[in-house]
Amino acid sequence: MDFEPSDEPVALKILIAGGFGVGKTTLVGAISEIRPLRTEEVLSDRGIGIDDTDGVEGKTTTTVAMDFGRITIREGLVVYLFGTPGQERFWFMWDELSYGALGAVVLADTRRLTDCFPSIDYFEQRGTPFIVAVNCFDDADRYDTEDVRSALDLDPDVPVLMCDVRRRASAKTVLITLVEHSLKVLTASQS
Amino acid sequence: MTHWMDEEAGPVVRPYALVGGRTRSSGDALDLVALVTATGAAPSGGFVPGPEQERILALVTTATSVADVASELGLPLGVVRVLLGDLQDHGLISIGRASASERILKEVINGLRAL
Repeated sequence: MDFEPSDEPVALKILIAGGFGVGKTTLVGAISEIRPLRTEEVLSDRGIGIDDTDGVEGKTTTTVAMDFGRITIREGLVVYLFGTPGQERFWFMWDELSYGALGAVVLADTRRLTDCFPSIDYFEQRGTPFIVAVNCFDDADRYDTEDVRSALDLDPDVPVLMCDVRRRASAKTVLITLVEHSLKVLTASQS
Repeated sequence: MTHWMDEEAGPVVRPYALVGGRTRSSGDALDLVALVTATGAAPSGGFVPGPEQERILALVTTATSVADVASELGLPLGVVRVLLGDLQDHGLISIGRASASERILKEVINGLRAL
């Protein structure tokens, strides 16, 4: 695995998850080049006795816009950041987004900590390496990382850190922490 | 496809009209960060790439991710997957996905630090 030729292009995928309004887009914007993407939403009232849609299954979808971030490490090595959709109706996209992902950042807000439970459950079940980054909103009470760890019932090996996603340096630290964690998980799985 | 009558009316040509109304092709399972590269082969078997497929071929002379192709074309991901699937079936593009090695991850960490 370590012997791929260095000129082979590699694209890596990192997910940014967490509840609605927790700062996912801000984090992506603080550290990467934002690119627009149109994707499809499956309409929720699909297939109610109208399944004579031979070849025109597209009727049950409509397009939604989402952004992704791109960080070029060097020519031929690019890291992509995808925010996982917050609302429940977009859950169908999670499997696709998380397939082959290097890891996930679960953004948490201490005022609404429960919002990130679904993300944590999801990545734990899928075995996707993840970290929890607590976005420190100005008007939120401060907690230490161990309080957050115990409130979220996280395994001791899951990194937890405080961050301010508006700051590029902080966003950088978040991503580095994740990739270091993914590297640790990868190394452990190979030994 | 970038010409809109107005926001309410939507695009002049519905996206799925570009792919004959199909929403399925061999490009279905293409990962967002799978890398697409033109093979440089000539179209064969009577296959004529459409205008959007020509745009894709011009774009992927160097390896380009599926997400970037969709973003550049401004077309929905599902439509782009169908277009890519056809190009792949006719040998005009190759699609690869390198996995992350320890060496690559270390390179990413150093690269992020240097940002």
